Amino acid sequence: MAQDMWKKVAVAEQEPEVRAKNFEEVCLGYSKEEAMAEAARCFNCKNAKCIQGCPVSINIPAFIQEILKGDIEGASDVIAQSSSLPAVCGRVCPQETQCEGVCIRGNRGEAVSIGKLERYVADTARKMGIKPKANPNKNGKRVAVIGSGPAGLSCAGDLAKLGYEVTIFEALHEPGGVLIYGIPEFRLPKDEVVLPEIQNVIDLGVKIETDVIIGKTVTIDELLEEEGFDAVFIGSGAGLPMFMGIPGENANGVFSANEYLTRNNLMKAFRDDYHTPIIKSKKVCIVGGGNVAMDAARTALRLGAEVHVIYRRSEAELPARAEEVHHAKQEGIIFDILTNPVEILEDEKGWVKGMKVIRMELGEPDASGRRRPVEVKGSEFVIDCDTVIMSLGTSPNPLIARTTEGLDINKWKCIEADEKTGQTSRKGVFAGGDAVTGAATVILAMEAGRAGARGIHEYLSEK
Amino acid sequence: MFPIVKKRKLAENIYLFDVLAKRVAAKCLPGEFVIVKQDKQGERIPLTICDYDREAGTVTIVIQVIGGSTRLIADELNEGDEFMDFVGPLGNASDLIGEDIEELKKKKILFVAGGLGTAPVYPQVKWLFERGIKADVVQGAKSKDFVILEDELKSVSDNLYVCTDDGSYGFKGLVTDKVKDLVENEGKKYDHCVVIGPMIMMKFVSLLTKELGIPTIASMNTIMVDGTGMCGACRLSVGDEIKFACVDGPEFDAHKINFNEALQRLQIYKTEEGKELLKVVEGETHHGGCGVCGGDK
Repeated sequence: MAQDMWKKVAVAEQEPEVRAKNFEEVCLGYSKEEAMAEAARCFNCKNAKCIQGCPVSINIPAFIQEILKGDIEGASDVIAQSSSLPAVCGRVCPQETQCEGVCIRGNRGEAVSIGKLERYVADTARKMGIKPKANPNKNGKRVAVIGSGPAGLSCAGDLAKLGYEVTIFEALHEPGGVLIYGIPEFRLPKDEVVLPEIQNVIDLGVKIETDVIIGKTVTIDELLEEEGFDAVFIGSGAGLPMFMGIPGENANGVFSANEYLTRNNLMKAFRDDYHTPIIKSKKVCIVGGGNVAMDAARTALRLGAEVHVIYRRSEAELPARAEEVHHAKQEGIIFDILTNPVEILEDEKGWVKGMKVIRMELGEPDASGRRRPVEVKGSEFVIDCDTVIMSLGTSPNPLIARTTEGLDINKWKCIEADEKTGQTSRKGVFAGGDAVTGAATVILAMEAGRAGARGIHEYLSEK
Repeated sequence: MFPIVKKRKLAENIYLFDVLAKRVAAKCLPGEFVIVKQDKQGERIPLTICDYDREAGTVTIVIQVIGGSTRLIADELNEGDEFMDFVGPLGNASDLIGEDIEELKKKKILFVAGGLGTAPVYPQVKWLFERGIKADVVQGAKSKDFVILEDELKSVSDNLYVCTDDGSYGFKGLVTDKVKDLVENEGKKYDHCVVIGPMIMMKFVSLLTKELGIPTIASMNTIMVDGTGMCGACRLSVGDEIKFACVDGPEFDAHKINFNEALQRLQIYKTEEGKELLKVVEGETHHGGCGVCGGDK
């Protein structure tokens, strides 16, 4: 069948009924022929809007032209100028609201599938053994990066390319931050995708020290004064889970999405060869409608449960990416929208036996511009379930701010930092990513990491 | 990697390890804890620090076999072997550490240690002793064979009262019986109590000291994953508030802790842990029945 130029080249996926029972990646990516056909849909615009739509300004038309030439190394080099985690971003970036959201093709028909092409380049380059090039010239200056998630990795990668000696300190036992503990295997394979991209950063000369909690094991002041670092970048993320504060929330069987996902992703509870326990549920209610809620829902499904997503607004307001919601529905996740928990019900031994919820309707728009959900009086009812997973968002860990004198935070406990340079209220200390903005996306954290690297380079060049 | 410098069997299924962990040893204080992980596939196990040597760069921990992962550590790790991960110090130091020494000297402090809880009691009593403060310690164990760190505690405390459930050593009875006896029959007066041990024992000590009017601190050994505030598995009710044992504790005002809820929450993974232990103990001969390995499918 001839390719319909108005539509994206379809990408192969595992069948919903098959993938609902395994943790293998859902999307299988483009073949060479599919990638070439999709690349041919790019207009190669002179004034390319997609570049502006990309938080890290990847030269998208340029790498797509390299694909058309069949030059994967060339395409990979173009992307590497702007991004150190292309295989990750090709998978988890919200392209529909960024590069693809402004693609001219999208004015009539579907946008070019930029994300899938980026992924194709990164995956193919990896299989071919193509590595980003390290800078052999070291400038003798040392930078400490706190956290090895997307902000920290991109900051460290950029600084290493500029000749800095960079050490990343990671609190957990494996590097990667949310890429490892948060996003599940079926969306972002760890051994095949995340670890090789982290290895690429290490190959640029970056050192990673795990099991170090900044603020406890060692403080920022000690890094600067005793360990000889010239500057510090804080990319410690937003890791603290929120709960609702409703009755029954401490019952056995109520978990934060963070705990549930960490047990399964970082600690690999789904695998027999790991010792991590995880709850075996029959019916799970996920509270919340973001990407993390979708990840928790689809994980619970794969572990064998019937899964309901409980969300207080309507489907149009779901903050999760459309693709994630689509995949979740295909796999059999049930969406109970305009529904809000009131109380978690316990059995006589303290285990969850159900959740009392109330119907909601949409009222006037609130500060976020979304229509505010209001309770429908007298509409309470009970959903039977044995597990409740709270996915209501996260906030930054206050540990670093508490142990670093003169580091200002705002009322949401986020670190105050300049958007363009990452400069905080402390000299020589920069910050970016979720630690500054509160929970956001991988690519925005990467952008902040790159901004921090520029800020640090400017600061240390003048020093 | 974190090498094991010394391993000592303290009692059946209870082992002491001195681990070379320079960053932790340089910083840790009594009351704080670490998380250890044996190997790539291991669980993260939180353990309150038992002792430390800043010069040697070692931290002492005591592990009791309670499930599959602790069984493997006890059986497989020996002197010269390494823990893959050893992270800390986590949590907050004991409240006593931050107090004015002269004020502390005016107080009579009682420590109540139960079972494995004896290990984290020791550095607190020692810390006080090094500052000229001698505390009383009531130590409880099942039987004589399970009395651990007795000599160490004796050397740094004012009085050490050992109790065994079966009377095979020291006072016959529970630690609560002994505390009651000390206050009611021996005229002892205590201004402050620290209790560390099995949660059920801490609950009953707390009930007793409330009755006796002794302010009491308990160190909460809850379920944890990361130990840095990320997962919320360790949450507990203290007064009207929800606290995370890992970042807000592990020590809390015992009289405000909802022990019944905390005890209930300890059960969450009991079934899974039991299955895992079965898998580990049966080893090569294991062929299903645990519900985990799929061997019976």
